[in-house]
Amino acid sequence: MADFDTPELLKNIHVPKIQPGAMQSDGPFVAKPDHQKALGFPEELVDNWEQKAVEAMGETLKKYRGLRVFMDSCVKCGACTDKCHYYLGTSDPKNMPVGRQDLFRAVYRKYYTPAGKLLSKVGLEGLIGAKSMTKEVLDDWYNYYHQCSECRRCSVYCPYGIDTAEITMAARDIMAQVGKGQKYNNEIIGKVFSVGNNLGLPGPALADTLEGLEEDIEDETGVKVELPLDRKGCDILLVTPSADFFAEPHVDGLMGYAKVFHEAGVSWTISSKASEAANFGLFIGSYENMRKISLRIREAALELGVKRIIFGECGHAWRVAYSFLNTLAGPFDFLDQNYPIPQHICEFTHDLIQKDKLKFDPSENDWMTVTFHDSCNVARGSRMGDKPGGQLTIPREIIKTVCNNYVDMAPETIGEGTYCCGGGGGLLTDDLMPVRVKGAMPRMTALNNVIEEEGVTHLAAICAICKTQFSKVLPYYNMGMDMVVCVHQLVSNAIILTGQNDDEDEDDESEATAESAEAANE
Amino acid sequence: MSTFFALLFWFALAVIILGLAFKIRQYWITPAPLKIPTTPAPTTQTGVVLRMAREVVIFESLFKSNKWIWIFGWIFHMSLFLVLARHLRYFQEQPWFLVNIIQPFGKYAAFGMVIGLAGLLLRRIVVDRVRYISAPSDYLMLIMLMFIGISGLVMQFVVHPDIIAIKEFFLAWMGLSIAELPISTPLVIHLSFVALLMIVFPFSKLLHAPGVFFSPTRNQVDNPREKRHISKWAAELETQNKG
Repeated sequence: MADFDTPELLKNIHVPKIQPGAMQSDGPFVAKPDHQKALGFPEELVDNWEQKAVEAMGETLKKYRGLRVFMDSCVKCGACTDKCHYYLGTSDPKNMPVGRQDLFRAVYRKYYTPAGKLLSKVGLEGLIGAKSMTKEVLDDWYNYYHQCSECRRCSVYCPYGIDTAEITMAARDIMAQVGKGQKYNNEIIGKVFSVGNNLGLPGPALADTLEGLEEDIEDETGVKVELPLDRKGCDILLVTPSADFFAEPHVDGLMGYAKVFHEAGVSWTISSKASEAANFGLFIGSYENMRKISLRIREAALELGVKRIIFGECGHAWRVAYSFLNTLAGPFDFLDQNYPIPQHICEFTHDLIQKDKLKFDPSENDWMTVTFHDSCNVARGSRMGDKPGGQLTIPREIIKTVCNNYVDMAPETIGEGTYCCGGGGGLLTDDLMPVRVKGAMPRMTALNNVIEEEGVTHLAAICAICKTQFSKVLPYYNMGMDMVVCVHQLVSNAIILTGQNDDEDEDDESEATAESAEAANE
Repeated sequence: MSTFFALLFWFALAVIILGLAFKIRQYWITPAPLKIPTTPAPTTQTGVVLRMAREVVIFESLFKSNKWIWIFGWIFHMSLFLVLARHLRYFQEQPWFLVNIIQPFGKYAAFGMVIGLAGLLLRRIVVDRVRYISAPSDYLMLIMLMFIGISGLVMQFVVHPDIIAIKEFFLAWMGLSIAELPISTPLVIHLSFVALLMIVFPFSKLLHAPGVFFSPTRNQVDNPREKRHISKWAAELETQNKG
């Protein structure tokens, strides 16, 4: 990894002058033959890859209306050019959404439009920006389609809704099909198929971890809160990102879910077969792999005989779950139809808060002033609750319930216009550190402003990738990595468990005990 | 010359109709296998119709995005709409009431067209990011439209052609016969570029006009949990894997 400069944080997010080639590189590590093979892709770049890539493009165009329409519709108005965090952080024009799209569009125009075919014959394809599929183009694809986090911010601002994420996915899929996949993504998907989760945590290790967490909660609260694994006949299957099983701060979020389930009095379990919410099949644009990963969840739900599926805090996983799970692995007619299928843990907690079923002491979080980072895939690719925009309001309402000091970052940097953390979409790997750090600049700028102006001390998120990325990137910007918290970690801090040995507040305890007796009678 | 233009317009009309029909059919039959509306998105079909209407009439997303592009783009498109509506009088013996009403507005809308186009062209040249993404065809498209607008303005305000004769030409043209066209330089420029525009329409970025209606990020209802969405090829994939 080459040395690189961390962008300087200014008061406002500055739109830089273009610097062509600023991020030119060989791109991330290429998938090894084994990684490719496990996913059904050729082990290395095939001989006639130019022709194969063009053919694969044709097949993809027939399968995805979005791609076809996006290829034709762009008028090069320039509205998207200052919307991508990677462009803002790197100044490389191929990181402008349209610049990135045009790497694909140039080849599309050459081989799949009448104008391109005709003009190529007379050597005038340059007139419409059409290009042949060459090694140079492939290298640019590999490099720049791995500098996109598929966050969809561009799609909000495009007058035709052109979503660069769709084009990135198509390009990555085509590259994998001709033998040039990315190591990070493909290796991880392989682990999901062979072990069950991204981190390659086997069942026994998982059982151990969960047991340890139960002890932690009991030590802290005096209440035995269970974190069951592979328990049959429970109401709820919890599918959560595997980072929740061991890394800080993720694991504190998991303890938060466990406490909420405990207080709700529902039975739940984690599955070792589907011990991973993440679905990197999305990142590589492979419908087949995305479907195969999703089917594990269906199978786990059937084997364990659950009635509901709930997802933990994970951004793209929630997009795949909310938007695609029913398509990929449905219909879920064997689950309880009275609940959303699937449901987000924030929806579950929020619902209990609405019904006044949970007791909190928000002063437990008084030492923090919290702001919330909308994860891109949640904000722009999913929903929570039954109203549009619930994915933006529900997590905030939860935080405000459990936390007295809450501040939002600048409005244009949150909500549907949220800036990606810089590490999403399959870029959360050390070989892409320069891209990750530079791409985080807009979010870091907005965060720095609320730290300086509003005294914010903590950044809450509901995505494993965001949390990991921030922990890694914050120090580059001279901010503390430990300022990242999970929303359910805040819930965990503030929730008052029934029967909790709370030496500070005796009243609450007796009240809680009375309630637990009531609950037991029910 | 009259015969040339009559034939040219028949050709151009055939190209734009058949070309657009082909593209629209292609968009129509290509499946959208996954639900990908850019959220927050409407949860009902009515909501989607309203979202699309806002997109097409007031350019909602562009408004959020960039006020300069929005103002130039919106002025251009709305002016073009008025100008096109105004031109209906050349194709109707008795123009509709509405076509008559907008005549005075349409007359000045041509200025809006040219001003909008000039603004967009200026941005394309001046802003380094937009210059970087511009191919020659992007400049040519703007210049072609400016030629149409300016030649129209010249005929409206400087050298008045015999519009009665022009109307007779087009009425005859519609009836598959050829009348005498009062040839003049501005008219030749005007009509030639209009025909060219019609011909390149289905082969160029002008496809954004039908394209926007087929954009899945804008035209899909956000209801994936409530209603299972499955495309034909994905359903076939399921059957294969089961068998």
